[in-house]
Amino acid sequence: MDTVLAIGTRKGLFLARSNDRLHWELTGPQLAMNEVYAVGIDSRHSPPRLLAGASHSHFGPSVSTSDDLGETWQEPDAAPIAFPEDTEASLARVWQLSPGRDDTPDEIWAGTEPSALFRSTDGGRSFELVRGLWDHPHRERWEPGGGGQAIHTVLPHPADPRRMLIAMSAGGVYRTEDGGETWQASNSGIKAYFMPENQFPEFGQCVHKVAFRPDTPDQLFAQNHHGVYRSDDAGRTWESIADGLPTDFGFAMVAHPRRSGVVYTFPIEADVKRFPPETRARVYRSDDAGASWTGLDKGLPSEPFYSAVMRDAMCCDNADPAGVYFGTRSGEVYGSADEGETWHQVAGHLPDVLSVRAAVVA
Amino acid sequence: MLLVPSVLRGDSGGASKVEVALGQNTSLGDLFDAVAKTHPRLERRIRDEQRRIRRYINVYVDGEESRRLDGGATQLRDGSEVHVIPSVAGG
Repeated sequence: MDTVLAIGTRKGLFLARSNDRLHWELTGPQLAMNEVYAVGIDSRHSPPRLLAGASHSHFGPSVSTSDDLGETWQEPDAAPIAFPEDTEASLARVWQLSPGRDDTPDEIWAGTEPSALFRSTDGGRSFELVRGLWDHPHRERWEPGGGGQAIHTVLPHPADPRRMLIAMSAGGVYRTEDGGETWQASNSGIKAYFMPENQFPEFGQCVHKVAFRPDTPDQLFAQNHHGVYRSDDAGRTWESIADGLPTDFGFAMVAHPRRSGVVYTFPIEADVKRFPPETRARVYRSDDAGASWTGLDKGLPSEPFYSAVMRDAMCCDNADPAGVYFGTRSGEVYGSADEGETWHQVAGHLPDVLSVRAAVVA
Repeated sequence: MLLVPSVLRGDSGGASKVEVALGQNTSLGDLFDAVAKTHPRLERRIRDEQRRIRRYINVYVDGEESRRLDGGATQLRDGSEVHVIPSVAGG
């Protein structure tokens, strides 16, 4: 069995492939000179369908798909994602491409900049705006974070078509329980330290990433712009799990695909000092839903490390034991075939890495 | 006539020129609306979905940058040449 690792960078998409997750063959760049903020591997198809949300600095954003593991790419003539004329909005970037439930194999969800949610029912070739969220009365008060105002996390419930959670910077977490008709801000317990007065507002939090294990979708983990949180009630309430981490800032949050309560993050010292703590390249893993954390750096560079890991530049694969991967702003990609215990370099000297996804392929 | 830069010819079927029959009182926006019907992917590289010319695309009408004219409302004459020129940017 091979594993494919899709690596979205500032200047195109690279694919790494391995049969032992130690030695990798790298190909690319494809979609060259496009920023690839979003990659998806849709394992509901065989072979898995690759999806890429690519943005060209001159020629705009689009979505491309590949049904032959990156040998060829297809992009429709019509814009796959476009805001309707009455919104007067224009798509800037696609930040997230999330396959839907197993029983709707052609359903794909997209989170975009500006903050909006789109749904595809044809495998990612065309999308339609989810009006219920676009028309939310909070929308005019959502503010852009440093990277832009975007929905960067889309977590469709794995079994219930009525339920979904999205997260945006800035604005916070929202969830629906009626198939997207109505959305509730879902940030109770999450601090917005940058607010001048009420630091626990209904919305406005700068969440950087939310993750869950598909088997336990009511338990959620969030890395915020200062703050690391867990929810045990599907996002209704959150509590801090930052104790035990060297810092509560960072972008990535990844849930183990099978082991309950196992999550990974890559701490960064502070929003005003975006280097790893002690300038050490180190992933942190919790095996107990955030009650404690362990730093993992065996095999990572031992010299001072000044790079950072972006919100979608860390992932797990679906093998057993799980592989863990992350890419850096300085164009290195590291992988672990043993759930984070030891690491090796998958690729180097790439453009800065924006997104990674990995999956076992037949 | 729309003159297509080499970087966009993958979206024009390889053509360096796209001929568009212009009626009277045809604007630059009308020309791109016509291109959207025959070469939709080429058109959306140049304009966003609200029919605004993308920020780093310069469109010259008979030698003058269209933003210094009337933008999308710039009137075209029979035989007008419209050049699409990606600006020099990035690193």
